[in-house]
Amino acid sequence: MPSFPRILLGLFCLLVAILLLAPTLVVIPMSFNGNKSLAFPPVGFSWQWYENFFSSPDWTTSFSNSLIVAIIVAVVATVIGTLAAFGVSRAAARTGGLLRALLITPMVVPGVVLAIGIYAVYLDTHLVGTVTGFVLAHTMLAIPFVLIAVQASLEVFDRRLETAASSLGAGRLTVFRTVTLPLILPGVLSGALFAFITSFDEIIVALFITSPYLKTLPVQIYTSITRDADPTVAAVGTLLFLATSLIIIAGLLLGMRRERT
Amino acid sequence: MRFFPATEPIACLASPVAPGLLSKREMMMTATPDDGQRAGTAVDAAHSPFLPRLRPRGAVWLTAPAVLVLLVALAYPLGIVVWRSFSDPAIGIDNYVWFFQSAVNRTVLQRTFVVAAWVTLACLICAYPYAYAMTIVGRNMRLALILCVLVPFWLSGVVRTLAWVILLQDSGVINSILRGIGLSPVKLIRTLPGVVIGMTQVLLPFMILPIYSVMKGIDTRLLQAARSLGARPWKAFLQIYVPLSLPGVYAGAIIVFILSLGFYITPALLGGPRSILLSSLVQNQVLSLLNWGRGGAMGVVLLVATFVLLAIAAPLMRQKHTSSRREA
Repeated sequence: MPSFPRILLGLFCLLVAILLLAPTLVVIPMSFNGNKSLAFPPVGFSWQWYENFFSSPDWTTSFSNSLIVAIIVAVVATVIGTLAAFGVSRAAARTGGLLRALLITPMVVPGVVLAIGIYAVYLDTHLVGTVTGFVLAHTMLAIPFVLIAVQASLEVFDRRLETAASSLGAGRLTVFRTVTLPLILPGVLSGALFAFITSFDEIIVALFITSPYLKTLPVQIYTSITRDADPTVAAVGTLLFLATSLIIIAGLLLGMRRERT
Repeated sequence: MRFFPATEPIACLASPVAPGLLSKREMMMTATPDDGQRAGTAVDAAHSPFLPRLRPRGAVWLTAPAVLVLLVALAYPLGIVVWRSFSDPAIGIDNYVWFFQSAVNRTVLQRTFVVAAWVTLACLICAYPYAYAMTIVGRNMRLALILCVLVPFWLSGVVRTLAWVILLQDSGVINSILRGIGLSPVKLIRTLPGVVIGMTQVLLPFMILPIYSVMKGIDTRLLQAARSLGARPWKAFLQIYVPLSLPGVYAGAIIVFILSLGFYITPALLGGPRSILLSSLVQNQVLSLLNWGRGGAMGVVLLVATFVLLAIAAPLMRQKHTSSRREA
């Protein structure tokens, strides 16, 4: 029989869990609304907002733009971030710590300040509304996540394995390809996933450097919320919610399986 | 580290902030060699005749591409903001004088800090018991609790704010329920309480994750020791456990406070003319009024406030619990 404080704690945690998850669930019923309105409660039932998302060029192009930018960012930021993680963890402790502190500053700079700065630079260099512009800004924002993920793997990586491999005559590249990389791969892959999500969800900088010709999905969602009460945003929200949940559940299950073996 | 006291603690913050790591850390815990072994490895590697190839000085160059991206996409743009705040339209501190002399701006600045404080407090009250529960429940329950934190953490902030628009609007969920049970509807959207509620929910994972990562490392045998020496459960908890968990609390509080100060999307969508925060004011100056100097000055105020707070909080966030765990 659990004690009274334990029951109280359990109830409180249930409330917090509901606060964390439940508000977001409200987008699901709204996405099947029969009326073109975001007023609660939804009336009737229809799939039209999902149809609209997959057929309206505004939504499909912004979705594919986000996908393209996020994939490029995932690749570029993962390569640059992994290199940096090696540099940071193999440099002298002092320099490494300093570089690390420097490289994760994008995480703490207020978004709007960064956005107006990048917007000013892009206006001068004609990068507003270009894929290059988005990729550059998002790569900068994603590098800290890759750096941290890969560094966590490097911390538990036993460097004697490299010594062993090179003592057996393997060249530097062979050592990296056949020993180091396979062992730190989980870190590199989760870094790539972080980079992808960082770019795919990024909105503040995107709002400034967007143009009518190049919108990303979060910008399209934002403008749709501010302009009219179109339930298509609820349909997009539902799809994103499902995708995010599936990825995280898969990750947790994968982690559990590895823990067992 | 002496040169950058401000950003160093964020490094220890960053791993809980990137929550995949949280689960990944847990996956990897079994494979982690203990510290002594790792120290031995470092010595071995340093003295090995086979590994002189990647010398520390050479390794530093591997960070060059990342540093370059940061210079181009972070340092240069911020430099432009600072420069324009002192030079647009004329060289001098006119923009700052304007900012601090205007009553509207001072109100907004004050409101931004007050909102950040409320959000931090609300997050702390929700997060501390939740994080504690995460450390004492069984494995499956813990996975469920982690899932409840990670899904909102990784879900797009715009979508979560959209959910709050649907909930709080005049024809929203909360007001329909109130009308349904015969109460008069309340005005929630475009009010300050609405903004605080929405921001608290959006930022809550940023408080839970650092607190949990510190609590996970606290040795509960210390509590048993206190109990065996005659301390009551509450006293043992308050005098032993709470102080040991404080680095996580400080880390969570500072990250939530800083993110609140610069929050833009949620206040912009949930707020109204009487609940404008500093970020919206900056955006308005630059995009609507094309006044780069004034917008820049506001941005610099925000930036300076952020880094001053980090510098003040840095020493509080160092994790002391590890040393006490060793002693235990």
